[in-house]
Amino acid sequence: MSTRDQVLGRIRRALADAQREAAPARGAVDRGYLRVHGHRDAAQTADLLAENLADYRAIVHRATGDELPGRLAGLLAARGARRVVVPPGLPERWLAALQDVERVPDSAGLTARELDAVDSVVTGCAVAIAETGTIVLDAGPDQGRRRITLVPDHHVVVVRVPEQVVDSVPQALERLDPVRPLTWISGPSATSDIELDRVEGVHGPRTLEVVLVTD
Amino acid sequence: MSGTYLGMPAFPVAAGEAVRDTTLRGNLRHATHTIRDKRARAVAELDDWQQLRAAGKQIKDDVLRHLDHYLVRLEEAVTTAGGTVHWAADADEANRIVTDLVRATGETEVVKVKSMATQEIGLNDALAEAGITAYETDLAELIVQLGDDLPSHILVPAIHRNRSEIRDIFTDAMGRWGRPAPEGLSDSPAELAEAARLHLREKFLRAKVGISGANFMIAETGTLVVVESEGNGRMCLTLPETLISVVGIEKVLPSWQDLEVFLQLLPRSSTAERMNPYTSTWTGTTDEDGPRTFHLVLVDNGRTDTLADEVGRQALRCIRCSACLNVCPVYERAGGHAYGSAYPGPIGAILTPQLRGTDTALDASLPYASSLCGACYEVCPVAIDIPEVLVHLRERVVQGGEVTRAGNRVTLRPAKGHAAERAAMRAARWALDHPAALRAGQRLASRTRRFHPRRLPGPGKAWTDTRDVPAVPAESFRDWWQRTRGTGAAATGSGTGTGTGTGIESREGTK
Ligand code: SF4
Repeated sequence: MSTRDQVLGRIRRALADAQREAAPARGAVDRGYLRVHGHRDAAQTADLLAENLADYRAIVHRATGDELPGRLAGLLAARGARRVVVPPGLPERWLAALQDVERVPDSAGLTARELDAVDSVVTGCAVAIAETGTIVLDAGPDQGRRRITLVPDHHVVVVRVPEQVVDSVPQALERLDPVRPLTWISGPSATSDIELDRVEGVHGPRTLEVVLVTD
Repeated sequence: MSGTYLGMPAFPVAAGEAVRDTTLRGNLRHATHTIRDKRARAVAELDDWQQLRAAGKQIKDDVLRHLDHYLVRLEEAVTTAGGTVHWAADADEANRIVTDLVRATGETEVVKVKSMATQEIGLNDALAEAGITAYETDLAELIVQLGDDLPSHILVPAIHRNRSEIRDIFTDAMGRWGRPAPEGLSDSPAELAEAARLHLREKFLRAKVGISGANFMIAETGTLVVVESEGNGRMCLTLPETLISVVGIEKVLPSWQDLEVFLQLLPRSSTAERMNPYTSTWTGTTDEDGPRTFHLVLVDNGRTDTLADEVGRQALRCIRCSACLNVCPVYERAGGHAYGSAYPGPIGAILTPQLRGTDTALDASLPYASSLCGACYEVCPVAIDIPEVLVHLRERVVQGGEVTRAGNRVTLRPAKGHAAERAAMRAARWALDHPAALRAGQRLASRTRRFHPRRLPGPGKAWTDTRDVPAVPAESFRDWWQRTRGTGAAATGSGTGTGTGTGIESREGTK
């Protein structure tokens, strides 16, 4: 007998007492918990997102669509970034104001070592969650492969407000496609491993800047 | 990890040693109290915490009730998405599978994300025997590995180390494993984190094989989920060419939607955060993004035996948040090592004796490693009634009975040396039904405690600090410990603070 059949057989014998239905019953779970905590309009939701992002040490900026290129160029310049990795589908316009910055396109050939020599990465996102201060990436064209937002030490992410912002975790999951590889980011890399006290900065980007863009 | 739990003394002996180690006690006390208060605040932010907790329990109960069904669906979905699923009945089989998979890549090094399942099965030692070096990349696991030590906490395996000890370990050992610690390293947590970053970066960049566990697996979609903080998980999950995930069979969830419950329960219970810094989900393999080869090793290793126990099976709901450790007065004083397994604290006291059986003195003593104060149940995000399972397992140790071991029904005889507990059990039952008597016992216990400064505390003082409403008791852990430590001779002062004041006199009874 294969181990698979052995384990499945053990499970069935272990549950002999349970008088089971043939398949799981619908309604075994009471989903009476809240879809959203509190009542907010779109502007308040964006404010909550900004507040919670900042609470976990992300640096939050706001800009209009017209201001965005200048703002991104300014952030990269302030950081002293020379080389910036760019996802294939990042809107051209976003980086139109960049000066003296080498753009490194994300491609399958780009190795982890090469990424380690890049200063910053600029991406969009799939969705942002106000209640938890979370940005979710789904490796879409304006976000690129997972590794490009991991190895560089500085990540600038653009969130389109209000259309990409949801209130809560349940709302975010509804919008996301599980087939895509997802990365949920809530503040920069951190650890609680020394005396259970949170300090920022271990392996992921130690600086996370979020630009909330409204049109 | 090159340390081992094998041959560890029974809980009371090990706990006695730990309690005398004042640095360890200080470290544990500081850390657990820090997180306790923060957790309470994080939970209080959600008005519907109790509904979420109830839903978490119901989802997990449904999983356990139809575990065969969900595992088959999961296997189908993972396979369709490009992964390969392996099944392991026990630790040896799991280790063999993983070792063979690594060998097939031709690599002799792997990077690892912290994983309870691989701790449980002793994977690093098995790999080392095969000439494969496993690098732990979680900061606390790194501290444990470099310090040639054992983990002592689910979430923060090096919780027993304070910052200056960590500095000394890094300075001393990093050079032997790779890039040495920076000159003049201080004990500031930020500098220590930076040292870990530098030390591990080289390993991440060259890694060809990653090994992980998973917090959740979605049967419907074949998606795996890893919840972490540092980014070492993301490194191991995305940079290597081959990813091997070793996961207990109980970690499956039916649907994608179920994550909405657990991604709210887990971070708040665990690190007291609204959301942990990084969560990764992946479904099989993705072209040109992340590992090209993905293996999922599903591990039984005592889980189906646990499932066969109608009372004990609820332990399989555990999502390893560690909240029960952080509130446990016994854990706080004894430390994690005394529990002699990868699972310390209250959850370890009910899980280990079910996964491994109660054949050794250590495992038979674990159900007594509790004062039955009930704080663990109260904080548990999936409402595992740990005191209920403890009492049940004590009864099992004392009275024997039917259990399942490696899939077979066997009858346990009452454990030698535990005859007394039959009486203690009666006391426990009685006390559960008589809370007033209990209260009186606890007051007595706390009044007399000062006479026993180096002993483990009874249920009296420690938990009345934080709770108004008394819960259970029984023969308290302290009483049992007092009575049996060392040679099993009755300790002095056994007439004080016996909790309920019943049961102890009949300890010499043999049946
Ligand atoms: S038993 Fe409950 S509180 Fe303890 S680690 Fe498991 S889920 Fe968390």
